[in-house]
Parts: sequence; C-alpha cells; structure tokens
Amino acid sequence: MGFFLLKIKVNEMTLSSQQQQRIVIIGNGMVGHHFVEQLINSKADYHITVLSGEGRLAYDRVYLSSYFTGKTAADLALTDEKTYKQWGVNAVTGAWVTDIDRTHQVVTTKDGTVYPYDKLVLATGSYPFVPPIPGNEQEHCLVYRTIEDLESISASAAQSKIGVVVGGGLLGLEAANALKSAGLETHVVEFAPQLMAVQLDAMGGSLLKDKIEALGVQVHTQKATEIIEAGEQCRYRMKFSDGSHLETDMVLFSAGIRPSDQLAREFELAVGERGGIVIDNQCKTSDPNIYAIGECALWEKRIYGLVAPGYAMARAAVASLTNNEGEFAGADMSTKLKLMGVEVGSIGDAHGNTSGALVYTYHDQPAGVYKKLVVDEAKAQVLGAVLIGDTSDYDTLLQYALNNIALPDAPEALILPSSGDKPLLGADALGDSATICSCHNVSKGDIVEAIEGGSCSLGDIKSCTKASTGCGGCSALLKNVVDAELEKRGVEVSKAICEHFNHTRQELYHLIQVENIETFDALLEKHGKGLGCEICKPAAASIFASVWNDYILRQAHQPLQDTNDTYLGNMQKDGTYSVVPRVAGGEITPDKLILLGEVAKEYNLYTKITGGQRVDLFGARVEQLPAIWQKLVAGGFETGHAYAKSLRTVKSCVGSTWCRFGVQDSVGQAIDLENRYKGLRAPHKIKFGVSGCTRECAEAQGKDIGIIATENGWNLYVCGNGGMKPRHADLFATDLDDATLVKYIDRVLMFYTKTADRLQRTSVWMENLEGGLDYLKSVVIDDSLGICDDLEAQMQHITDSYQCEWKTTIESPEALKRFRQFVNSDETDSNIQFVTERDQIRPATSAEKYVGQQAIPVDII
Amino acid sequence: MQAQAEVLTTWNDVCHTDDLVTNSGVCVLLEGKQIALFKIQIEGNTQYFGVSNWDPIGQANVLYRGIVGTLQGNIVVASPLYKEHYVLATGQCLERDDVSIQSYEVRVEQNRVFIATL
Repeated sequence: MGFFLLKIKVNEMTLSSQQQQRIVIIGNGMVGHHFVEQLINSKADYHITVLSGEGRLAYDRVYLSSYFTGKTAADLALTDEKTYKQWGVNAVTGAWVTDIDRTHQVVTTKDGTVYPYDKLVLATGSYPFVPPIPGNEQEHCLVYRTIEDLESISASAAQSKIGVVVGGGLLGLEAANALKSAGLETHVVEFAPQLMAVQLDAMGGSLLKDKIEALGVQVHTQKATEIIEAGEQCRYRMKFSDGSHLETDMVLFSAGIRPSDQLAREFELAVGERGGIVIDNQCKTSDPNIYAIGECALWEKRIYGLVAPGYAMARAAVASLTNNEGEFAGADMSTKLKLMGVEVGSIGDAHGNTSGALVYTYHDQPAGVYKKLVVDEAKAQVLGAVLIGDTSDYDTLLQYALNNIALPDAPEALILPSSGDKPLLGADALGDSATICSCHNVSKGDIVEAIEGGSCSLGDIKSCTKASTGCGGCSALLKNVVDAELEKRGVEVSKAICEHFNHTRQELYHLIQVENIETFDALLEKHGKGLGCEICKPAAASIFASVWNDYILRQAHQPLQDTNDTYLGNMQKDGTYSVVPRVAGGEITPDKLILLGEVAKEYNLYTKITGGQRVDLFGARVEQLPAIWQKLVAGGFETGHAYAKSLRTVKSCVGSTWCRFGVQDSVGQAIDLENRYKGLRAPHKIKFGVSGCTRECAEAQGKDIGIIATENGWNLYVCGNGGMKPRHADLFATDLDDATLVKYIDRVLMFYTKTADRLQRTSVWMENLEGGLDYLKSVVIDDSLGICDDLEAQMQHITDSYQCEWKTTIESPEALKRFRQFVNSDETDSNIQFVTERDQIRPATSAEKYVGQQAIPVDII
Repeated sequence: MQAQAEVLTTWNDVCHTDDLVTNSGVCVLLEGKQIALFKIQIEGNTQYFGVSNWDPIGQANVLYRGIVGTLQGNIVVASPLYKEHYVLATGQCLERDDVSIQSYEVRVEQNRVFIATL
C-alpha cells in the first residue's frame, strides 16, 4: 500500500489536515456552489475540496441567454478563485473524476490526483437530452447548456440565416430567444400539441404561441422529426412524420435534461429506472457517506430541473452534515418569467389535476391576457394558477398557494382586472413563516429578524438574507415587507437625494427659488455638506436651469453637468459623441437635409434617423464638436437638446395641410409648441406628439404631452410613455382652443418640473401623485392651489430667456477650451477606431482593434 | 558595473494651471499614456490628482469627463459611462474590489503642473 501511495501524486492539503473532516464536492454548478456557500456560512469545521469538471467555476445558468445581449462570462460568474481561497476552499478546475473508491473513501481525477474524503457530495447536474434523430450529430446541430455551448451557437449563428429549436418547453423558448437575439429567422419545433406543456394548460399554451409568433418566432407544434438531411435552400432539411418539412441552417436541441449520473452508475450507487441518483430526505444516496444534490438527484422518483429546489437540496445536505434540522420535502415548481417580453406565470397545480379542483378563468382576447385560478373543492385555498400576458397577480397568488392563506368570499376577484375592490394582500397579511423569496428560502420571519439585528435598508436586508438575489421575482413584495416593518419600528425611510443633502429634489427646488440661490457652492454651503456627487450636482444644475435658465456652461455650473450636458452631446460607448440638431415638428427643408449630409460626409459620421423625426450623427470626437456645430449653426440649425433632461421632440403627422383626413394643422401646432418649450430643463426628458386627427399617426398617446386634433380644437393627453414601461396618456381636457391648450401645457409642465423627483418621467410622477389625474386637473384647470399665474409666468420666463447653447458655446473662446482631448497635445484618442459596416462607420470591437495591430490600453483588472 | 540603478522619480511638466478646471477634470498625454488631471477645491484647500484616463469597465478613455465629488469621505470621480466611483488618491474602484486604476502624484510649482513618473 505504501508503495502504491509513493507512485501517485497525493493532494497535499488533504493530507496536512487529517484531524479535520474532509468534504469533497464533485461539480461546481449553481447548486454545487450554493452548497459550498451554505457550508461556509454554517461555520462547521470542514476541509472543503471542490472538483469542477468544467474549465471554469460556478456561473449563473438562469441568465445564460443574456450572453447574447452583451453579458460576458465574467458577468455571469457566481464566484472566483480568490473568493474560494478566502474561504479556505480548495477549488480545482478541469478535474474530471475517473474513480470513486467507496471502500477506502478516495476519489481520483484523470490526472491521477487522489482526494480522500469523509463525506462526498455529487452535484454533477444534468446534460441536455438530444432526441435520437438520424443526422443529429452533424455540424451546426447544437445544444444549449454551458457557456461553451453559447460560444458554439454564436459561431454557428454567424454562418446561418435560419435556426430551429427542437423543444417548446421553458428552456427551448429561452434558446429561441437567444437565436432571435443573434439575428436569425427562428422556428420552434415541439412534439407535444402545445408550448410549455408542463407549466401551462392548453388555452395558456395556445395564447403563448400566438404571442410568440407575433414577435416573429414561428412555432410548429405536434411535429415529430424523423431525419435531418441536406437541404435545398438551407444547410439542412428536417423531415417530419406527417410528411411536411422545414429548411434550416442550424438546429438547437433543447428537449429536456437528463441527470448526469454516470459516476453513480459506474460505482454502484442506487439510480432510478429512468436515471437519477436516488436520495432520501437528507439527500443521502444509497451510500450514507455520499450525498447527491441538484439535477443529478432523484427524490421520490422525481428530478427537479429548476434552481430553487436544487438550492433546497443543498441546504438539506448541509443541515444533515452539521446535525441541524431541515430536510428536503419536495419543492414548489412555480415560475414567473418573461419570454421574449411575454409575461408568463405558472403556480402549483396549473392543470387542475387535484380531485375536486375548481377553476376560474379570465380571458381578455383583445389585450392578450389569460388568467386561470385553480382552487380546492371548498373554495378555501389556491391550488394553482396560469397567467399569460399579465403576471401582476403572481406574487399575491403564490403567497396564497404557498402559505395556505384563506381565500376571500369571491376568489375570482383575485384575477379580475383591478376594479378597486381587489383584496390587497399587504405585508401584514402574511405570517412569519410565509416564504418571501423561494430561491433562497427566506421567510418573512427571517426578514424581521434581520431588521431586529440592525439592518435598516433594503440593500442591507438583501445582502444579509440574500432575499431577492436569485430570480428577483419577489423584489416588489420584499420592498413592501421591509417598508412596512421599518415603518412599524418608527424608522423614517429616507427620501434624501444623496449623502450631501438631507432634502428631496422638491425641497431643493423650493430652497433655491425662495432663497434666491444661484450657484451650487452657495447651495452646498447653506444646506449641504462635502463636495457633492454625480447625483446631487446634475440635479441642482437642472433646478438652476429650470428656475433661472442661465447658460448651462457658465463657469460656476460647468462642473455640475453630466458629461452629456458638459459637451452638449450624447456620449457613446467608445467616448465619442452624437450630434442631433433640432428639427422642430420633423419639418425640414431640402437645403437643411443637404447640409446635414454634407457635414456627416465631411466628418465621416454614422447617420441614422431617430424615432423623434430627426437625424442623429454618431462618432464625433470631442475636439470635432465645435467645428461641426459651427457649420450647423451657420446653416440655421439649433441644438436639439438630445443630451439633456429637457424637451426632446414634438412628433407630428402631416395634418390637414396635406392629409385627406386631417382636421387641424398638426405640423404648425407641433412647430409652435416645440419652439415654446425647447430648452425647458426638467427632472427628466419630455416628449410631445401632435396628431391631426383621431387616426393618431403621431402616436401622441404614448408621449408625456399628447395632442390630438378634433373638429372643434385639440384634445390634450398627459403623462404617457413609450420605452421601458409603456403607459397610455390620460385624457386631460377636450376641444381646447390654441391659447387654452398652451396655458394648460405651461401649467402641467411647470408643476411637474417643480414637484417631480430627479429622473422621474411624467408617467411615474402621475402614478405617484396623490389624488392622481383628478388632483392634477384641479390644480391646473380649477387652480385649486392658486399657483397657476406663477406657473405660467415661470414658463414665460423660460421661453423668453431661451438661448441655443451651441451658438453661445461656439462664440465663447473660454467655453471652447473644454473641447480638447488633451490640454498638452493635439493628438487624438488612439482607442477610438472605426470599421465599415453597411457603407458607414461603426466602433471597432476590441478584437478588431487587436487585429489592426494598434496600440490600445491594457485592460486593468 | 552591474549595480542596480536607483529608481528615480521624474517630474514631467505637463500644462499650465490655467488649463485646469476647478472641481472638474482635463486630460494630458504623457509618454503615450492618457492621464486625467483634477483640481479639487474643498474646505478652502486646493488639491491636485492624476489617475489613468482609461475606464476599465466601460473600456474607453473618458474618466476626465466624469463628475467629481465626495463619497464616504473619499474624493472620487464617477465614470461618465456606467457611474462607478474611483478614489482619486489611490485609483481604487469603490463598487468593485478587484478593479483599480493607476494613480499619479501631481505637483504645482509657479503655475506649472507636474506629474511624477518612475
């Protein structure tokens, strides 16, 4: 035996600490990593070795598709060598296990290193199931599981036009999203008659199919693929059993997972008939010194393919190792997610399989919303739910289901659109045992405990309990609970803008106006401390502009501005700027268009039409901006304030002047309004739209201020938004004449500018305004606060004191000094490099910069 | 003659103090390196700082265009791209322990600004 030991390499660390119990974990996926984290947190004295078969340590597989929207492997990482080292964990990557000697309790890896163990944990995960279709082994037939898979998919997509995903489950649709993001014409082929058959009922599946198809992904259900052979138009042709076929350049299999149980089979641990390492409630396998957790484990004949149950197993195994309470008792498989922007939720018994189950459904076909609520025979408890198109009820329904909360008399109210009498499940309705975060198993009691232990902000509680750091689906609920608990303890939730001022934006606005404060230094001296920061400085600069309307690059204001305001352009990712002159109402003469073209050509700028009916010129270096604007200003252009939190554009349709249907001159109105409000600095950007008739071609109801022509005048809409969280504008007043229209807009905008939070769009401001639309109407139309004269006078001052910031800047030698890359050299920034794409420039990627053999700065980490 | 050369600090004259902007940054090019220079006035004192102009997270030469301020007692610049804060005295990133940028000693004599290199 001694001779044998001499011949092989023995891991030193394991020998040096003989007295400690040794735990070896095979596999470092999300669950394996969670196990290590939990074991470290338990403070138990173990020597921990992690053997990862992959080349890298644990990373987040849940957000894998974000790799296609720009996330890198480093962004997805859950840990790194440094962290493991700090924890005293011996982490070995590329350590493929070849032998488990259960008698001597020793694991051997393929390079011959041996690792003795007292307890062994198998967290080997799963591998993608590839259906046995002839032709499935060809090039460009791939799976979707690891970062390496994504790299292959990315490479294959670059040489493909059409891609097919085999499998219409959760993962399949994620994969389809990845292909769509990669720019491919995407198809999903599913064997079952519907999408997401596990989580959704037939109605939900069919609505999801409609929605996904509307997004440009074609769904083919009830298709069994017989063979993948050479195609005629594309690389491959998939032949289906019903005689039809589909041509594609690549195939991505995402038809479910199979447990990675090879080690268990080889070394004779009990495995299930259809795979999976059999475990008990403590996650022990048939060998009491070996545990199995995550997707490789089979509990009660079931494999759990989600991360939350895997985490629960990891916790149960740690509890067993440290002689603490806690067993694995199955797991909730409810999910809420956004698939290509479509909201989908599934809770518990979504199919209503429980005997005696009763079902309520709500279907709003025009809006594409479907909700199904499954309750028990006695209508006392929620058993399950399906939500498509609107998952706003998910958190509440999940709380009812998980915590057996008694249903109200009319359970259907839980899924009906808000009629005012929907029973609200406030934070106080939940018991201490109620689960708030199911990813990390955090109960309301845990949160209360953290608060009593001294945590007093949402951030503290997140880092201390880990709540809401998994899928993030519980974040709104968590905030509710935290706010309610803090309030109970008399903690005032701070609304201070930042650490330098103990005031809200609205308070600062009043202080500046009432005390006639004109500079940041004066404001800081009277009401703040320190030097300020990137939050309070631009906020103060914006208030100074709203109240006094000075030139924003006045010397005292200059250091306050965000870089976009300082350089009067929008900074792009490579440090260059974009140039957007104002084109009021979207009306532009051919001569001005030609001038834009000439300037773009002379400076080789990338040119794109914006959604706000103007032209954006990209790629201007900071030192080129003054010369570019000199030419534009000379040709009659003004700054478009695209860089500022201020009025951006007034979009218009062509109106009654040309259009057969128009009833008012929408272009003329748009130009007048744009010229009145241009230069108004506000808490956030403001967009207008003016439509010449009810056909609404200018999409005015999606704007902060929307105006729609009627036979008798103008209808005014307020506080709409497109973008991240669309909101239809509210109808504010009807059939207004020109003067009243302007009067109302003056008042609404000035009231918003005075009272909104920093970076709060009008839509969110309205949502948070106590009293809502009716209150705003009473202030603006009925002058209930008696401030309308002031509001109008202030707006008139803004309009009268307007100056084109670019015109002022190019006339000021002092201001121009800032537009230099280097104060001691005329060189340009060598890191700004372009390549040509579709006949225009675009920024070179870092790989392209290396290819060009240019000197670029080294990445400092 | 194999004695180790002593490491000497070289002070490089880079610009006039008029080129600087109080409580803001400018950029100088020194031996091919871009250095962001800041003049900070706080509580009556004037301090000068130099750090690398390269934003290692945003991957662009932009730090001189960030807003300066104080955060938890440190004088910092916020990256204009993604708003991480770098301590001007040390180059340490406050949001990411594993990220820091080169910092440089700066000295002003008779209205000229000098940056130290080794």
